[in-house]
Amino acid sequence: MDLTLDEVKARNAEVISEALSVYPEKTAKKRAKHLNVYEGDKPDCGVKSNIKSVPGVMTIRGCAYAGSKGVVWGPIKDMVHISHGPVGCGQYSWAARRNYYIGVTGVDTFVTMQFTSDFQEKDIVFGGDKKLDKIVDEIQRLFPLNHGITIQSECPIGLIGDDIEAVAKKKSKEYDGKTIVPVRCEGFRGVSQSLGHHIANDAVRDWVFEKGSDKAPLFESTPYDVAIIGDYNIGGDAWSSRILLEEMGLRVIAQWSGDGSLAELENTPKAKLNILHCYRSMNYISRYMEEKFGIPWVEYNFFGPSKVAESLRAIASHFDDRIKEGAERVIAKYKPLMDAVIAKYRPRLEGKKVMLYVGGLRPRHVIGAYEDLGMEVIGTGYEFGHNDDYQRTTHYVKDGTLIYDDVTGYEFERFVDRLQPDLVGSGIKEKYVFQKMGVPFRQMHSWDYSGPYHGYDGFAIFARDMDMAINNPVWGLTKAPWNAGQ
Amino acid sequence: MSQNPDKVLDHFTLFRSPEYVDMFENKKAFENAVPVADVQSAADWTKTREYRELNFAREALVVNPAKACQPLGAVFAALGFEGTLPFVHGSQGCVAYYRSHFSRHFKEPTSCVSSSMTEDAAVFGGLNNMVDGLANAYNLYKPKMIAVSTTCMAEVIGDDLNAFIKTAKDKGSVPAEFDVPFTHTPAFVGSHVTGYDNTMRSILEHFWDGKAGTEAPLVREVRDSINFIGGFDGYAVGNLREIKRLFTLMGVPHTILGDNSDVWDTPTDGRFRMYDGGTRLSDAAAAVHAKATISMQEFCTPKTLAYAAKKGHEVVAFNHPMGVAGTDRFLMEVARLTGRAIPEEITRERGRLVDAIADSSAHIHGKKFALYGDPDLTLGLTGFLLELGAEPVHILATNGTPEWQARVQALLDSSPFGRGCHAYPGRDLWHMRSLLFTEPVDFLIGNTYGKFLERDTGTPLIRIGFPIFDRHHHHRYPLWGYQGAMNALVKILDKIFDVTDADTMSPGKTDYSFDIIR
Repeated sequence: MDLTLDEVKARNAEVISEALSVYPEKTAKKRAKHLNVYEGDKPDCGVKSNIKSVPGVMTIRGCAYAGSKGVVWGPIKDMVHISHGPVGCGQYSWAARRNYYIGVTGVDTFVTMQFTSDFQEKDIVFGGDKKLDKIVDEIQRLFPLNHGITIQSECPIGLIGDDIEAVAKKKSKEYDGKTIVPVRCEGFRGVSQSLGHHIANDAVRDWVFEKGSDKAPLFESTPYDVAIIGDYNIGGDAWSSRILLEEMGLRVIAQWSGDGSLAELENTPKAKLNILHCYRSMNYISRYMEEKFGIPWVEYNFFGPSKVAESLRAIASHFDDRIKEGAERVIAKYKPLMDAVIAKYRPRLEGKKVMLYVGGLRPRHVIGAYEDLGMEVIGTGYEFGHNDDYQRTTHYVKDGTLIYDDVTGYEFERFVDRLQPDLVGSGIKEKYVFQKMGVPFRQMHSWDYSGPYHGYDGFAIFARDMDMAINNPVWGLTKAPWNAGQ
Repeated sequence: MSQNPDKVLDHFTLFRSPEYVDMFENKKAFENAVPVADVQSAADWTKTREYRELNFAREALVVNPAKACQPLGAVFAALGFEGTLPFVHGSQGCVAYYRSHFSRHFKEPTSCVSSSMTEDAAVFGGLNNMVDGLANAYNLYKPKMIAVSTTCMAEVIGDDLNAFIKTAKDKGSVPAEFDVPFTHTPAFVGSHVTGYDNTMRSILEHFWDGKAGTEAPLVREVRDSINFIGGFDGYAVGNLREIKRLFTLMGVPHTILGDNSDVWDTPTDGRFRMYDGGTRLSDAAAAVHAKATISMQEFCTPKTLAYAAKKGHEVVAFNHPMGVAGTDRFLMEVARLTGRAIPEEITRERGRLVDAIADSSAHIHGKKFALYGDPDLTLGLTGFLLELGAEPVHILATNGTPEWQARVQALLDSSPFGRGCHAYPGRDLWHMRSLLFTEPVDFLIGNTYGKFLERDTGTPLIRIGFPIFDRHHHHRYPLWGYQGAMNALVKILDKIFDVTDADTMSPGKTDYSFDIIR
């Protein structure tokens, strides 16, 4: 039986206090600030965010290196990204994020490779700058078609006092002004991936824009030039987005950073509009380009036909009638496909309840796509969101939604156990926990190796995948028949 | 528009439709893309001897290594003990990586916590993180033991685990008698196998040597039991169960030290088990009384074995024994150490493996293989391949030492099939790429990352190693014992037959050899 709104709120409040009761007092006090039941008339979700994780609680968060190498820089395909420090960080993040790209890997593109300085004890003791100097030479010799190099700092770099900026400058000079970008994304900086995004954005500003601002663009400008910012092309997301923008008459001059190239970063100051998908990871550089080059930016959401149409119109509103008509044409063109997808899947998914816990923009952005399928998101939270994310979330979530910031493994398990959603969307570390509990699950970082989910083409895949998770016959088999009564 | 609601296209096929292919082509104008001809000539150049020499002249850059860092092995070892929560002191991102890495391989949850040290801890040390972290982990996850290791951050700033844990206990984070073994696992020393060794030794030392000075060391009374250590092993689930089966058949009293077989293979029945199985802590303590300690992976357990030897154990080390002779040696050592006979049932299993090899070896004999992986795995595989009459031409271990190289060379020298074969310690998969181009082989054996080599060089990949991300459930099937060798044999044969079929299925051209009987 469905609970009333008041009952839902009371239940959710109770669930939070139950979870908190297990913590030591000091920790309970800290964690209490990150958990809340959303009150529909409030301007934010009522949780604190972007604060240090509590030790020992099994936070799901990663680090600044993951935010820079793993998210922002790693997908730039024609540059070599050195994981600078011990071998592990580069190894665990090697080709794991499915940032699709077109190129001959190892020859003109390098995304799914693991370049590391593989620090040994002597590098810690004597410093790694000389090794780094030599590594740049070896990259130049063995990968001559690379268009640039980034140095992604791992924890020890900042602790042993290496001067990677000096090495980058020296080597850049030696190689005719080659773009070599030192990034201070040591894993201990900040409280999550988030600072890594910011540091990586700043590195683009300082070492691509500021340094190479005299570079001529590769093309003649048009009034319809835009850049896609904050789409990492996971499973091809940026592609199924780009195609819609081009169909409505815009010209995409850069992708940041999925399937992107150094030249595209350099092209971007010529854009008429920056269109920003992942606000969290790339608002910094968008704001900078607005101030420095006067380029406006607009956030958009390409999950589910309702939000796609809304976003296409919002983007078009920055242009003339040609583009506005183009947006309407695109929306109309895909409407029959969307209607067919919804007609097929909505009856199978109507009324199903979802709990989310993801990073970046997804804890709010995907809600519309679920709603297009008649589903309801009853709990959501961010791994590394800030207050502005939780403000934006209020435009998506319903009154009474359970909100959990930087959720711990314990809390998430308790919440799912009590709320009994029909689907959980989170990451690889959470996937098997909930499947063991008999709860259908989709990875919402990697699309569970499927995708794309962006755009109209992506929504068909999203709908299919949610259906195959929830309506998987295996969920009827979890209880042995002889134990069925237990 | 190509998308189709009746048969939804995803990334496998969607992007091959003309509108996307055109889009990719048009995008190149903004990419400063290298002209196709130049890419081709550079690609061709990477296949040459000249490139190989430049590649092997590398002194600083490492590209696509086949190794991970110490704490990964530490987490692996800790998870082999009953109710044990691994606790990694240092930056938190590392733990997110270890958990993801294991979950992608085993398709199972992996529980582990971090002390979440940040910039202030880098300046002032991570004592507060340890104090709070132990208290939180203990209250939240109710472990029976917390096994502490370190990330490189904590190592660089020099945190003192022993003092920190003592302080945490004084402050009541965990009860004074609660088991908190610890070890330092700097990522810039050794590899994941080193971390396994350090943690295994630290846990044994904790129980055998008075729990960090809080109790009297145990006094060894020799008992009729042996200890068995599997080492860091992507097949731990299948392998350890196979070993237990063999020991049960032989009636060998034994303790598996570090039994990961259940924690990474829990049922889906409506309940999440954070802890399952594992070596009982009382058994880990009592293991000091064993007459001997066996390690299946010598290069993964040097300090652990030295410690067991110091306690008076006879120690016997293998190199991931595989195949007939490898398993023979293993079982005979077990029989010698325990005085138990090898039962007829196992002898029959041996006979079945020999039977299978005899049936199939014509398809393997003389085939050239390249292989890479951890030092012990590559030794075990090399022995097995030689036994099958195959030629293990390139054998590479990024975490291999000159001692490993000598060991491989001795093995190669022991067989006519080892002639002209070489071991490459400390090299990576970009070196392997040059080897495969300049001295091609028929098959490559390695982990999932080997698929990039398969793509570039066209060498068919047989997946044996860690991690295996892109094939499911292999870890459930053992490689050890005669049955394990049978699994490996079938895996190798299946790939050989698949390649043969693919190579003979061109209608009217090659399909005279597309035989239904092979």
